[in-house]
Amino acid sequence: MSSGDPIDSEQGESKGMKLLLVDDEESYVSVLAKRLSKRNYRVKTALSGTEAIHILRKESFDLAVLDFKMEGMDGIEVLKIFKVMAPEMPVILLTGHGSETAAREGMEHGAFDYLVKPCDLSELVKRIREACAKGL
Amino acid sequence: MMEKHYYTSLTRNMTLIVIVVSFTPLILIAGLIGYYFETSYREKVMEHLHELVEKHQQLINSFLDEKLSYIKVLADSYTYDELTDEIFLQNKLVILQNAYSGVFVDLGVVNSAGVQISYAGSLKLLNADYSKAEWFREAIKRDYYLTDVFLGLRRTPHFIISVKKRRGDTEWLLRATIDFVAFNSLVEQIHIGKTGSAFIVNSAGELQTRPGVELAPNITSLLSRISWARMAGAGNAEAVGSSSDEVKTSSSGSNVISGIVKSRNGNIIYILMPLKSGEWTLAYLQDQADAFAEVNRARVIALAIFIFGCLAIVLVALFISGKVVGQIKRADLEKEMMNEQVIEAGKLASIGELAAGIAHEINNPVAIMVEEAGWMEDLLEEQELQQSKNVDEFSRSLKQIGIQGVRCKEITHKLLSFARKTDPVQHEIQVNDTIEEILSLCGERSKFNNIRVQTELDRRLPLISASPTEMQQVFMNLINNAIDAIGSGGGLLEIRSRVEGDKVVVDIADTGHGISKSVMARIFDPFFTTKPVGKGTGLGLSICYGIIKKLGGNLTVDSSVGLGTTFHVNIPIHGGKS
Repeated sequence: MSSGDPIDSEQGESKGMKLLLVDDEESYVSVLAKRLSKRNYRVKTALSGTEAIHILRKESFDLAVLDFKMEGMDGIEVLKIFKVMAPEMPVILLTGHGSETAAREGMEHGAFDYLVKPCDLSELVKRIREACAKGL
Repeated sequence: MMEKHYYTSLTRNMTLIVIVVSFTPLILIAGLIGYYFETSYREKVMEHLHELVEKHQQLINSFLDEKLSYIKVLADSYTYDELTDEIFLQNKLVILQNAYSGVFVDLGVVNSAGVQISYAGSLKLLNADYSKAEWFREAIKRDYYLTDVFLGLRRTPHFIISVKKRRGDTEWLLRATIDFVAFNSLVEQIHIGKTGSAFIVNSAGELQTRPGVELAPNITSLLSRISWARMAGAGNAEAVGSSSDEVKTSSSGSNVISGIVKSRNGNIIYILMPLKSGEWTLAYLQDQADAFAEVNRARVIALAIFIFGCLAIVLVALFISGKVVGQIKRADLEKEMMNEQVIEAGKLASIGELAAGIAHEINNPVAIMVEEAGWMEDLLEEQELQQSKNVDEFSRSLKQIGIQGVRCKEITHKLLSFARKTDPVQHEIQVNDTIEEILSLCGERSKFNNIRVQTELDRRLPLISASPTEMQQVFMNLINNAIDAIGSGGGLLEIRSRVEGDKVVVDIADTGHGISKSVMARIFDPFFTTKPVGKGTGLGLSICYGIIKKLGGNLTVDSSVGLGTTFHVNIPIHGGKS
């Protein structure tokens, strides 16, 4: 269910983690950011790969969520640049149905995991926790 | 399908072309060869007749010359006194008669007064007086003379050969009588064909021998107009008196006249040659039909063959054109069907792409809606909102939005996975899952048609190695066919899966209208469909069959008309690929 887990249980673990959300669909990315903020993540959003790279130059993040099938910049290219600019930052890919082959290609380029859109928030949060646990 | 008119005119054109192309050389050859053959054959026949008549002319001429010579020799060899001795003359007669039986009738010596002073022969003609006889009057004028055939004193037909001799200042004749019968038989012998006959006439057209046939009046008139002396000078057809329409002369010269005479029973060929230095005419007549019997028969046969051949050509042309155009019609029909089906397939592909596009697009708004609902649920957990009286209802409602959103996602996912271009990559597949996936996609349609769906899927069904999209395609096709067969009246769709030996077996049974034997035989043929035009490509089952066969399995069907149909799919578990 997309309501996600109750917020309280997550607050402790996720305290202050910085997430970068990259997706060209503004409505989607803004509500996602709100929900993640409620769960005590610090979220910054970018509406394109270029914007994301811009932000990444100035700040660092604990994890990035990248929409793979954006227009304009090839998802793979953005991923590669992320990996160059912030090799320690895990990247979770969001892909459309039917692009699993592309997603697997993304995995080969260093993505941590992928989820198919529309995705369940609790699934996303689970992946985020896994990625950060690995990092620690 | 082209209009009937097109095919009829195609058949007609083909037939015409074949006929014309076959007839033209046939006619040309038949005509040319026929013409040349006929002409040359007729010429040959005429030449032959001419030669024959000429031969007989020579025969007769030499007969006459010969007999004349004998009398001459006789007259020259013996004296007047010897010859007027009756015994002596009788001897000579006997010698002559022995040498030529039946020719010489008698011998006689006639003096210048016309009295036969010496006679040897069986008649009593000694001292007969010929002074008034025409033959004597002519004979005494010339050195030798042959008379025409006449009855004379003896009242039987005969002619006379006479030779004139001088004795001092008087003249005397040695004459011999030639028997008509022997002479006649010479001429009568000339028989060619059925109607050829020869005879002799004198310069006045009077018969000298008996012809075998009755002479038409225009022939007798022609014969009376002949003058060989005139021929020598003129040498053309006009010399034979006026040539009427009935009498056509084809050639004439100083030695022969020939041509055609029209008579009651057909045309008659005549060949005339001079005898006795032009005093007599040897006439040969033959019915044209008889003379040219060979040619005419050949012509009739050729005509019969020609007509028969033409008929055969026409029939064959019609038949073959019909067959060929029939083939063309069939091919055109098949081509049209195929075109339709290619268009259908194209349409389907477009629709598939469209559906995939839509599914993709829908995902985004759905995702947003679901997240927004989730956000609202997050917010509901805040204290102040927990107090509001409708909080439970909000909660339930938002959850519902989430549930429906998930449903949308599942629907689009199923649609997208089905519309995806065939990914032939093999996976380990649980066939039961595929079946259930398809059933859920078809759920609405079966409910709408009042169809009860029953499944008996073996939970321990082993995995098979196959392409997921291909498996989806197979079961989608079979289940859809079953639903279509049942129609809107309702029925039962049963799907069973089980293991049999080394195979996974799936039965898809419906209580639909069933398949007849004749359709059954063709059911897996590509482009074969019983659905109305535009409703089915006929590709489905043939593709399914191909897919299953490729996996080393088999697709079979049982059916009873009116009761239902069951399709059996079996697939080897351990990839017995072909």
